[in-house]
Amino acid sequence: MNAPVDVTDAPLGTYAKRKGVYPKAVDGFFRRLKWAAMIVTLTIYYVTPWLRWERGAYAPNQAVLVDLEHRRFFMFSIEIWPQEFYYVAGLLIMAGMGLFLVTSAVGRAWCGYACPQTVWVDLFQHVERAIDGDRNAQIRLSRAPWGVAKLTRRLIKWSIWLVIAVATGGAWIFYFADAPTLAHQFLTGSAPFVAYATVGILTATTFTFGGFMREQVCIYMCPWPRIQTAMMDEKSLVVTYRDWRGEPRGSVKEHIRADTKLGDCIDCNQCAAVCPTGIDIRNGPDIACITCALCIDACDTVMAQIGRPRGLIDYLTLEDANEERAGCPPVPAIKTLLRVRTFLYLGVWCAIGIAMLFALESRTRIAIAAGQERNPLYVQLSGGNIRNSYTLKLRNMEDRPRFMKVAINGLAGATLWQRDLPVAHPGTSLTLTVPADSVAKLPVFVAASSPGPMHSPFTFQIKALDQEAGNATATAIFERPEILR
Amino acid sequence: MTDQKRIDEPTNTELVGHEWDGIEELNTPLPRWWLLTFYACIVFAIGYTVVYPAWPGVHSATPGVLGWHSRNDLRADLKSQQTRNAPVLAALAATPIEALPSHPQLLQAAIEGGRAQFRIHCVQCHGSGATGIQGLYPNLNDDDWLWGGDLKAIEYTITNGVRNPDVPTTRSSQMPSFGRDGILKPDQIQDVVSHVRTISGQEAASASSARGAALFAANCVVCHGAEGKGNRLVGAPNLTDKIWLYGGSREAITASVTTAHAGVMPAWGKQLDAVTIKMLATYVHSLGGGEPNPVESAAAAPAAAAPPAPPQ
Repeated sequence: MNAPVDVTDAPLGTYAKRKGVYPKAVDGFFRRLKWAAMIVTLTIYYVTPWLRWERGAYAPNQAVLVDLEHRRFFMFSIEIWPQEFYYVAGLLIMAGMGLFLVTSAVGRAWCGYACPQTVWVDLFQHVERAIDGDRNAQIRLSRAPWGVAKLTRRLIKWSIWLVIAVATGGAWIFYFADAPTLAHQFLTGSAPFVAYATVGILTATTFTFGGFMREQVCIYMCPWPRIQTAMMDEKSLVVTYRDWRGEPRGSVKEHIRADTKLGDCIDCNQCAAVCPTGIDIRNGPDIACITCALCIDACDTVMAQIGRPRGLIDYLTLEDANEERAGCPPVPAIKTLLRVRTFLYLGVWCAIGIAMLFALESRTRIAIAAGQERNPLYVQLSGGNIRNSYTLKLRNMEDRPRFMKVAINGLAGATLWQRDLPVAHPGTSLTLTVPADSVAKLPVFVAASSPGPMHSPFTFQIKALDQEAGNATATAIFERPEILR
Repeated sequence: MTDQKRIDEPTNTELVGHEWDGIEELNTPLPRWWLLTFYACIVFAIGYTVVYPAWPGVHSATPGVLGWHSRNDLRADLKSQQTRNAPVLAALAATPIEALPSHPQLLQAAIEGGRAQFRIHCVQCHGSGATGIQGLYPNLNDDDWLWGGDLKAIEYTITNGVRNPDVPTTRSSQMPSFGRDGILKPDQIQDVVSHVRTISGQEAASASSARGAALFAANCVVCHGAEGKGNRLVGAPNLTDKIWLYGGSREAITASVTTAHAGVMPAWGKQLDAVTIKMLATYVHSLGGGEPNPVESAAAAPAAAAPPAPPQ
């Protein structure tokens, strides 16, 4: 047996230098799909913060706004308060379910078409081709010694990348503040520091990840490929090389020369040349494959040129691949989508969405919360009554001021008055106007006769006294001393 | 030793060369950027220990090039807070306390300031909830006041204290110890107690309370009034209400009549500035029992300033 050679002590053996990836330009169905996905996603990203939505005098008029300062989330006609964060949680669950659905049906389609990393890398590569030329020119340029020509091209390319990166980071901050105002502040240097810091960080990450890290982000940094691998099964669509049709491979000349019949693959390496992650799909499924399907386009083009049927590389499930290899006829891709698992995911996804829509439609826009002051828990008054103290929080989640009445129910003979007024006016209810889209803090005293039970549960009720009406209640406990002198 | 590199066939990956009972390890080296990130972290960490306090010494850690210290941050915070508060404090100094209710914002600021000051100076006796302690210190949350419950009266009490021998203007009075000093006999005291418990609604009228009423008229009305409602000029408590600082049971009242209580409070005017006292007074006033300004405040103030000599 050969003594194994220890390679760990070999020079530079402890780390691997990135192998350059210079994907070749390609055209085809999937490339056009990628273009469409890129245009749609980038448009959504850059344009959304600039959409306006009329909300009246008391709320911002930006269609989509995450107002961290005031803890509000606006999305067109929907306004979400921090107390309603479960809607956001629901959206996240739907997003998760959506990814499960997509993954179980069409594999890593998210990675291949819609992931920001993919979209921006794609954009950066288009810039790269425009400046440096296509694959071969890029390889030549990277091998060329540093000189004026190379430096000029690099500087131009990096500058354009930087502009894109700044625009990317810049667009992000507009989701968190009024976009036109912030844009003006940003350009005049009067925006808050956090805006500049955010743009700076996102510019740096976009520039680095899109320009230099590229496929390494997908392979080493992103947890999603690992999770997806666990979720995919033999019925998920993956980009597959039909090795039973392509092998043994050989160039056109070898085909002519060959004694035995060769496969359809003419070993032109176009599939590997166009791959944005630098793999050769003919080696079999690969964790680095983001299923962008550009190799399918490349191979289909070549097959058309040499007059052979398309689909030597194609979206195929592992199960169908095995059946085809065994001689069964090809199964159309659409058939693989129709299976229980996909419909289960779809069902859960829809159910959450419908439940959220229902909850959104039926939610009340006023609320009350009662917190009892506990130091002191109760106070003996000279007239014999016992006094408790509460802080009520009245939430008016509509974008207009509302006139409301607060009353106490279920505490015999109790009176209530506002704590922070110089003169007390005990009564059975209070009226006040709660400002638009805000929480009114209402400190109150409640007095009731004594002796009585130590703990008397009762409710505070809030009622809107306008046309729309609506009411809400909060339970509280009235505390009395255990033993009266 | 024949081949420099050997490749694992199924994974198409290089082997490191170690071998244990036929088990070999694949060589999947770190990407270079990862290693560079690791080195960058080390450089950052070294820089951090140079710039910020880090290395522990015998008495203190290395100060760091920037000279950063959390106490400096605190000092700056305090200073900026003081600068922010300055105009409010100036406005408070310029506004008489009885005028504060007509400036709600200033009043609210005073109450919040008083809340903070109360935690420092007053909680030792009156408690963090200002509830006092039964038998020792009065509850400031209720609507019963020994020396007056409007803003000006509370301010006066805090400034001058109660029964403070060093301050001539202090709130002062002395109830006789009727039993200890032999002014009333024990059975007479029981009769007086019966009367007091009757007017406070704790007992039905009886022969004892009828005898006590006569004794009360002869001995107690000077301070506590004919109806026992008390007199704030001398800090005589209202005996007809439900609030008993020293207890309302027969035993407790008997003890109070036998050996009189005389609570004391520091004269805070000697230690605290006028604005702080004003803030404390508004806070105590805001606790729920605060009374409106008296109508003829001009007449009440001198009277409060010079309480009549306590009866002996």
